[in-house]
Amino acid sequence: MALHATHRDAGIVTVVDLSGRIVLGDGSALLRKTIRGLLDDQRKLILLNLADVDYIDSSGIGELVSGFTAVKNQSGDLKLLHLTKKVKDLLQITKLYTVFDVFTDEGTAVRSFS
Amino acid sequence: MASDIKHLEMTLETQVESVNLAEEMCLRVAEAAGFGEDDCYRIGMSVREGVINAFHYGNQERPEKKIHLAVDLTPDKMIIHVLDEGVGFKLSDVPDPLAEENLLSTSGRGIFLMRAFMDEFDVVSGKTGGAEIVMSKKLPAPGSNSPNGQGGHNATPQQEA
Repeated sequence: MALHATHRDAGIVTVVDLSGRIVLGDGSALLRKTIRGLLDDQRKLILLNLADVDYIDSSGIGELVSGFTAVKNQSGDLKLLHLTKKVKDLLQITKLYTVFDVFTDEGTAVRSFS
Repeated sequence: MASDIKHLEMTLETQVESVNLAEEMCLRVAEAAGFGEDDCYRIGMSVREGVINAFHYGNQERPEKKIHLAVDLTPDKMIIHVLDEGVGFKLSDVPDPLAEENLLSTSGRGIFLMRAFMDEFDVVSGKTGGAEIVMSKKLPAPGSNSPNGQGGHNATPQQEA
């Protein structure tokens, strides 16, 4: 399933709702474009809602890391919300689960930025 | 016995679409062979990573080069070969993606994932001179009634971080 991305404001935080697969090709490219677009708009506090993302390959992982680094480099923050089991497992075995701030509740996640 | 081995092979173009095509083909074989949902996920992911490796690192995304995919289904395991037309590489030269200095690298996790998700994994010198990834997964025991399988030797840990 192709990746879809929409974003909405939650106070000072921009929540990006993603659905589909973040994989080599259009999926990774859309994630990159979305995060870079938000940074261009000076939206530097980003919460990626991955509730409907059940598949990420190594390219997708690379894009998540790339986005995280780009946001951090602009003194912003990028956090993750609602990981599916497969995505959580993938971040655990790649040791990235400890790099990203991960939340299971959107309100808690949004408040953590302030 | 040789007659008990089912063999399937295909030649793929060096393009992004080949990654999905290879994954779908191998998933069909894995499902037909009786692998459970979780093992199919691990096999599909490993095939993706193998073909991505061939596409990007082996063939350097050069369209005149091909990717050769073969699947052998023996009585006890599914063996997958992914051969590129590059110059080959040594596993020992691949950086450890779990090393502190590589954690924020944007690439280099494909080999790690294949090793984690499959029971056997190796890279040999292929007949084209490129790298040939050879990986396998044991078939589920007949009547095991285990839809999720047991993962690879280094399969996903279940503990919380």
